[in-house]
Amino acid sequence: MTQRRSVILDLCVQAEFHTLLLLSLYLLLSGHNQPGGGFAGGLVASCAFGLRFVAGGQEALSRSVPIPATTFLGVGMLFALVTGSISLAAGHEFMESSIIAADLVVLGSVKTSSVLFFDMGVYLVVLGMSLLLLEQLGAADGKDSDEGQP
Amino acid sequence: MFILLLSFLAVAAILPALAKYLGRRVFYVAAGVPAAACVWGVWAYGKITVSGPINEQAVWVPQLGLTLGLRFYGFAFLMLSLVAGIGVLVFVYSASYFHGEPIIGRFAATLLLFSGSMLGLVLADNLLALFLFWELTSISSYLLISIEDEKVAARSGALQALLITGMGGLAMLGGFVLLGEAAGTYSMSELLSKPPSGSVVTAALVLVLIGAFTKSAQVPFHSWLPRAMNAPTPVSSYLHSATMVTAGVYLVARFTPAFAEYSIWRPLVIFFGLSSMLIGAYRSLRQHDLKLLLAYGTISQLGLMMLLFGVGTKESIFAGCTLLLAHGIFKAALFMLVGIIDHQTHTRDIRVLGGLGAQWPVVAVTAGVVAASMAGIPPLFGFLAKEEALAAVGETGFAWGAVVVAGVVVGSMLTVAYSARFLWGAFGPQQVQIVRDQDYVGEHAPQPAKMFVAPVILLAGLSILFGLLPSLINPVVSSAYESLVGSTSEHHLALWHGFTQALALSALVVIAGGTLFWQRERVESIQDSMPRLPSAQHVYDRTVKGLLVTADAVTGFVQHGSLPIYLGIILLTMIVLPGVPLLSDGVMPTVWLADSPMQVFVGFIMIVCACAAAVARRRFAAVLLVGAVGYGMAALFVIQGAPDLAITQLLIETLGVAVFVLAFRHLPADFPRPKLPRTQFLRIAIAVLSGLFIFGFTLFAIGAKTGPTISGEYLDKAYSEGGGRNVVNVIVVDFRGFDTLGEIVVLAVAALGVAAIVRAKKPPTAVEEELHNAKVES
Repeated sequence: MTQRRSVILDLCVQAEFHTLLLLSLYLLLSGHNQPGGGFAGGLVASCAFGLRFVAGGQEALSRSVPIPATTFLGVGMLFALVTGSISLAAGHEFMESSIIAADLVVLGSVKTSSVLFFDMGVYLVVLGMSLLLLEQLGAADGKDSDEGQP
Repeated sequence: MFILLLSFLAVAAILPALAKYLGRRVFYVAAGVPAAACVWGVWAYGKITVSGPINEQAVWVPQLGLTLGLRFYGFAFLMLSLVAGIGVLVFVYSASYFHGEPIIGRFAATLLLFSGSMLGLVLADNLLALFLFWELTSISSYLLISIEDEKVAARSGALQALLITGMGGLAMLGGFVLLGEAAGTYSMSELLSKPPSGSVVTAALVLVLIGAFTKSAQVPFHSWLPRAMNAPTPVSSYLHSATMVTAGVYLVARFTPAFAEYSIWRPLVIFFGLSSMLIGAYRSLRQHDLKLLLAYGTISQLGLMMLLFGVGTKESIFAGCTLLLAHGIFKAALFMLVGIIDHQTHTRDIRVLGGLGAQWPVVAVTAGVVAASMAGIPPLFGFLAKEEALAAVGETGFAWGAVVVAGVVVGSMLTVAYSARFLWGAFGPQQVQIVRDQDYVGEHAPQPAKMFVAPVILLAGLSILFGLLPSLINPVVSSAYESLVGSTSEHHLALWHGFTQALALSALVVIAGGTLFWQRERVESIQDSMPRLPSAQHVYDRTVKGLLVTADAVTGFVQHGSLPIYLGIILLTMIVLPGVPLLSDGVMPTVWLADSPMQVFVGFIMIVCACAAAVARRRFAAVLLVGAVGYGMAALFVIQGAPDLAITQLLIETLGVAVFVLAFRHLPADFPRPKLPRTQFLRIAIAVLSGLFIFGFTLFAIGAKTGPTISGEYLDKAYSEGGGRNVVNVIVVDFRGFDTLGEIVVLAVAALGVAAIVRAKKPPTAVEEELHNAKVES
């Protein structure tokens, strides 16, 4: 695959990779009030890494994410569960939300809900799942890379 | 009492850490806990003789109305002195048995838990709490038997113990629930004072007895006890004398006063007790391994105890209590002796051992005392117990009492014979020169350490002391008896009751047993010529193997591994289960074509793509067409004004196609042509039916809306309570957050599953190959 790498695709992907990641974060953070959310954000991030994989194969993918995909899955689950349990510890029901408002010095006042952290968990799990699929399904391409390549 | 039980747990928790600093001295720390239990027991015993049983209650599961009741009374004191008293000695003994092996921290902690759970078992007043402690002893004994986990025999022996006692425990739980529901209470003291009746109780009692018989290794469930011999000897010593196997006897003893008159109780207990007594003793005479010899002896002694409690007359319950104590003392000592021999000479085979008697005179004399106590030779404690037993079975007045007497007498003769076999085999001269190139093992055996022998000497001393001065132990036995039966006893333990029938039987037993031992070669040849019945071990092995084979066959049938068949079954289930009621009861929905011309246009494209996907030859084309259908769906969402759904759908389709393409690298480019036209027809039928079903189901679902819609409420509360203006997102992460949590769990599990499947198809790496080969070779 490395020999048949397309320079144009490579450059395009490099150009939009970080923009896509930023977009995914934007979707995640703004999701509570505008279209988006953890699920969509996670999918956009997955697409960014998917493009990376299509352009540069396994190496490019592992270079762009040094963390194993299973870690994303695990940390995501942990995020979701811990957010749910914090309200439990505070004496409320499991996963009861509370509104967080904070005055940031320069950026002005911010108001969001504690479920944002839960949404981050969703984001991480979705991303972890896609990375794992890319890693595992794409890994065996050494011997038959000329077949079925789009 | 709760603090006492918790202290076992607390100290067990810190023992592994302590063992790193203290080495084997950690056992002395552990011994402190049962010692404290002994001190508490004596103090509390003083209290209960004045003011009656002590009760303690704690709320356990308030939602179910469960309370954890503990009760301390006369019989519990007898059990406590066995469990805690022998526990102290076992810990002291363990300190010499081990040499700072790395397992000792774990071992000491598990042994302490074992001890604590047995103590909890005898103190528990609630049936369910009793069951809990009962299972705890099973689990901790499993861990103890398999403590040397690199040995295959230890692991399989432990598993066998766990399976058999666990099965019995489950049966017992069923019995307890039936009894508790019939009586309306789970408190043992209340239940036993007002025993329920009826046919349900009969079934319950049988189930409880299965639990008791498995735990006490009664025939035909006895096979786990000899296999448990793979445990380190301190465990065997404790398990055989005071804990675990006595639990079944304890249960029968508690239940007997309430249920002895119940038609099935007495015959069942007496039959299985007597069978165990005879079979155990008979098989004990064949053993060459000292530990196995004693293990079969335990089965026999437990059978006698079962029988005594099962007979359920006042005299026999008194005799049972006495035997429980006497057996605990001599059996613990005997196993400790075997442990010393094994530790110093590295063998337990009586054919190899020889000359130990001359080498270790003190140990040999001690062994003589405890073995004589087991055989029932005066003036030892075992003799008192055996005499009480013979007197009790002689006075039952049952129609078939003579059979029981004869059985007990024969069993006792065999007991005398195997006691002599034990003593002679361990300390006498070497018997048969089987291992020619090996010297008499005993001749060069190093002397055991003083602290190693001290617990045994103490137990032997108690056997003599209680035999000569029965008045010392009489109050304990009497109060245990009184708490069981509910009336004071006029009976007293005594060395000399005058010329009675029991005395004559005792004399007969000793003489006949001695003769059996004297003529042992002839006895062995007779035993060898007997036809071999299938052993319980054989039955167990067959059962386990049969279970595995059946499970294998069932799995092979249900999980045949063909993807088309799995898919077909899933789809057919989906069609049939909701489809049939839908057709029979569903209200015909109103149908309309579209809300806007754009929907018609997009819908048309989607239908064309879907049809094309179904007839596509190449996989890649099919996936692209399916992706196009998905994009069409996203377009429909946009038309309906649902941007969130549209974004997600679009992304999912994109990523889905990418993942499909990756997966297709491993498959041929074209779909395989179906070989059988008939299956092709079936596939088409299932596919068309599924499509029709989904179509119809969606229509019905839209038309079936009867209640007011909840979306208005969601819209109102999304900002005020959820703090977000995007209602869809607020629903996903907040209002229905629990669903989302479930969904991401599914996602994570599915991803891991795919990874596992892909990995399973890959050729193993060099390291894995090597590991596999090493496993196959070993």
